[in-house]
Amino acid sequence: MINHAVKLNPKIWDKDVEQVPIRKGFGEGLLAAGEADERVVGLCADLTESTQMHLFAKKFPNRFIEMGVAEQNLVTVASGMAAMGKIPFCSSYAMFSPGRNWEQIRTTICYNDRPVKLVGSHAGVSVGPDGGTHQAIEDLAIMRVLPNMVVLSPCDSIEAKKATLAAAKIKEPVYLRLAREKTPVITTLETPFEIGKAQVFFRSPLQTDKKVGIIGTGGLLHKALVAARDLEAEGIAVTMLNLSTIKPLDEKSIIELAKECGRIVTVEEHQVMGGVGSAVSEVLSQKHPTLMEFVGVKDLFGQSGKPDEIVEHYGMGISHIKEAVRTILKR
Amino acid sequence: MPTSSKTTETSVHLADTHLTDKEIQSLAQKANEIRISIIEALVEAGSGHTAGPLGMADVFTYLYFHELRHDPKNPDWPERDRLVLSNGHICPVLYASMAHAGYFGTDGVEKFTKSLRKYGSIFQGHPHREYMPALETSSGPLGSGLSQALGMALAERIDAGRSYKKWFWCMLGDGELNEGNNWEAAMLAGKEKIGNLIAIVDRNNIQIDGFTEDIMPLEPLSDKWQAFNWHVIEVNGHDFADIHRAVGEAKVEFDKPTIIIANTIPSKGVPDFERKYEWHGKPPNKEEGAMALKVLMELGQKLKRA
Repeated sequence: MINHAVKLNPKIWDKDVEQVPIRKGFGEGLLAAGEADERVVGLCADLTESTQMHLFAKKFPNRFIEMGVAEQNLVTVASGMAAMGKIPFCSSYAMFSPGRNWEQIRTTICYNDRPVKLVGSHAGVSVGPDGGTHQAIEDLAIMRVLPNMVVLSPCDSIEAKKATLAAAKIKEPVYLRLAREKTPVITTLETPFEIGKAQVFFRSPLQTDKKVGIIGTGGLLHKALVAARDLEAEGIAVTMLNLSTIKPLDEKSIIELAKECGRIVTVEEHQVMGGVGSAVSEVLSQKHPTLMEFVGVKDLFGQSGKPDEIVEHYGMGISHIKEAVRTILKR
Repeated sequence: MPTSSKTTETSVHLADTHLTDKEIQSLAQKANEIRISIIEALVEAGSGHTAGPLGMADVFTYLYFHELRHDPKNPDWPERDRLVLSNGHICPVLYASMAHAGYFGTDGVEKFTKSLRKYGSIFQGHPHREYMPALETSSGPLGSGLSQALGMALAERIDAGRSYKKWFWCMLGDGELNEGNNWEAAMLAGKEKIGNLIAIVDRNNIQIDGFTEDIMPLEPLSDKWQAFNWHVIEVNGHDFADIHRAVGEAKVEFDKPTIIIANTIPSKGVPDFERKYEWHGKPPNKEEGAMALKVLMELGQKLKRA
């Protein structure tokens, strides 16, 4: 059952649960961060509305810079602005930033230790019809490997707004991963959010040996929740963690979950290699070796199609999450 | 259609601010001391770049000992000019200039010549702010400095508008201009009409694999920058009066960034090393170093008597 302590959306199981794109929460969060702190500036590489930076740009035209289609310049100019005390947010599609400009991010932001906030929208295969060139499924891997970088992957628009506001307040560089499509609103204003802290969203009260922990992130989290509920009906006890900070990793909560359940399934709209599954297994293999299954893209590129169709094709649907749980129980 | 002719005919001559002969002599002596420190440090380090640092010693000397608004005792002074070294591999000339200017204490020059590129040293092989907080940026991978200097200037414009007092300097290599990131920055700086951004390119015509025009031709280089809406000035990068004139001209330009193309001789000061691209990325060995120091010290004696 839902962990009532985290005050999730009461309509979470409804067929007509409200659906909002995660990126929208960023747009609202940036506007609020800009109102709260005049050091906040916005830079965008010709995708201002679709990354939702237009709200900020309209309200603060003097603090917004239209960069044109130039992602290397996007992040390096931001580094220079941060050197002068600004808190720059740079947005583009994740495929282009941080996809194209990784070395500039490494050297001029992380190595340089400048508090630039990188916003990668349209991440994952659920971008759909645009096809594989536009489906960033490697971004978490290439960002989490950088020293100094904080990596955030909110599960809905409300959490994205909180993550944006929190990112503006810390002195580290941040990568904030967003998605294009509408996804169910899972959390509420009261749901706790803290960088570096994972939250239990679902815990089955069943007394059984058939226990599995699910660690999910981003836009797939609602599917993971539905899977957890369905599995409970089958007599499987699932505890599910929302991992909205990929780095620094909440090792304590992950280890506690592994101890509680003994088996872990990770769920991410990202390559299994280098992503959340890898991050979790790096911790557990050293500190509490635990059987794991990974739901995510298995070393393939994306392709065109409807978002749900593509998510299913790559084995990240509700049925696949359930299957991974059943599989791990047989191991 | 812009031409590639030098822009000297449009120069603004500020007669009352000409460098005096005494100032020029003093700068030449300082540049010679800096070259000596560079050779000493490279020989001790056993690796590093020679041609660029020697070639840019005069420009760096002019900036650190005449032009920059800075305070070596207080490197965080908020009102300072910002100097971004984009081609990080020529850092020996930056380190030596900062050391001679007093950034690293009274024994800063010795610290530099003894510890360049060594374990735990603040003088990393390529500049790193974590080890040397007085640096404006870390650099090494080419092509990203101009964007950072531009970002600094844009931030300053948000705070101070167009009545600026600070100047933002970016030191570029010519081979480095192969990198596309530079031209993204050039396009934005032209669009934003950032008048207090001055880039200086070390036009020494060499890069690692050979001469620039063989590897990836840059000419007509002035035309390229003019086409991006920059104010372009060419100078003799070893002539302090010429550098001074160009900087004066750059500073009266209001709504365009300026690029000073400093024509230099790679390895300037040590004739045996000059104009040879092989010296781009290697240090002198002990014998070569001793010979170079002898030449530079003899020049130092001459400059003293001049």
